[in-house]
Amino acid sequence: QRRVHGALTPSWAKMAPPKAVAKPKAKQEAKVQKPKRMITKDIGGDKNGGKRTVRASRLPRYYPTEDRPRKIKNRRLAFSQHKRRLRSSITPGTVLITVAGRHKGKRVVFLKQLNSGLLLVTGPYHLNGCPLRRINQIYVIATKTRIDISGVKLPERLNDQYFKRTKLKKPKHSDGEIFDTKKEEYTVSDERKEDQVTVDKQLTAAIKKSADKKYLFAYLGAMFALGNKQYPHKMVF
Amino acid sequence: QSTWGFSGVPTMVKKETRFVEVGRVAYIAHGDDKGKLCVIVDVVDQNRALVDGPCTNVNRKILNFKAMHLTKFTITIPRSCRNRFVRKAWEKENMTQKWEESTWAKKIANRELRASLTDFDRFKLMIAKQQRNRLIRNEFCKLKKAWAKAPKKDKKAAKKK
Repeated sequence: QRRVHGALTPSWAKMAPPKAVAKPKAKQEAKVQKPKRMITKDIGGDKNGGKRTVRASRLPRYYPTEDRPRKIKNRRLAFSQHKRRLRSSITPGTVLITVAGRHKGKRVVFLKQLNSGLLLVTGPYHLNGCPLRRINQIYVIATKTRIDISGVKLPERLNDQYFKRTKLKKPKHSDGEIFDTKKEEYTVSDERKEDQVTVDKQLTAAIKKSADKKYLFAYLGAMFALGNKQYPHKMVF
Repeated sequence: QSTWGFSGVPTMVKKETRFVEVGRVAYIAHGDDKGKLCVIVDVVDQNRALVDGPCTNVNRKILNFKAMHLTKFTITIPRSCRNRFVRKAWEKENMTQKWEESTWAKKIANRELRASLTDFDRFKLMIAKQQRNRLIRNEFCKLKKAWAKAPKKDKKAAKKK
């Protein structure tokens, strides 16, 4: 037995590491009195000792089942906290084929993925009419064609808030003016035009550096189509 | 074979039949080794052959004839010879090069190339085709114009020919 009544037997005690010598307490600490745990209290009534030693502070009447209550992890996350995934075939500079939406069939350049997970793309506008725009990656076919976009600096203000749809004011039908008030049409803001120009300029410069530049310009301007006996699941994009 | 000016006449031509024989080079069309060449080393029974392809990454195995398509090539090997001697015979005949020069192999290579084209490649191909066809059409139209302009005598003479 190593221990007898809690203490180490002499043979084991020899092997025990030397006890750390306690540093002498400062005199100030010695003066401070420990708070008393038990208090004697006077009680009234006959024949009951007159005094009771009682705890100074009462023990809690409730003990939680967990000593350290653990936070329950909420699996239901808000959209802003969602994990964003991006297909490995889509990298900055990849030419994408849009397959749905207003610009379906167009070949478009991928710039970056925004915080919402949507892809920021541009036509470029002067090639195929697709402006700086957000698309969901599920409506897009990634081709193997890549443009070196490392030299392209995107304006910092291009984020989800920038592209968020703005509500157009509906005409208020006041008396006698029901047919006069026109619907407010969407107009492109000046900052959008400005950003489009800056981005497209840089992109055009990047495309000009590549060997296939003539074909690339024509490629981005052309629409995608499937011909006879062309099966997408068998094709390499 | 000359037909002395008569077309549509049946000609006596020795037909090139490809026999299953020891040494016949076959193209494996089905199975794990699809697309590879092998040599028939021995025949097991009516349906199966012992096959080997040391230079084409085919392990010696028994293959059904239905899984292979016979090529026009043969190599001289003794029946059931070892892997090493199949390899020797193959390399002696330079079979890999012969195969790659054949039309069959070229067709396969073309097919694979076409299947691997990316969207951009297909676009460039379309443009190349358009340019080529434009050149052809130009020349053809020139010839057509020249024919239209030529005097009737010349045309009649040309037609008689």
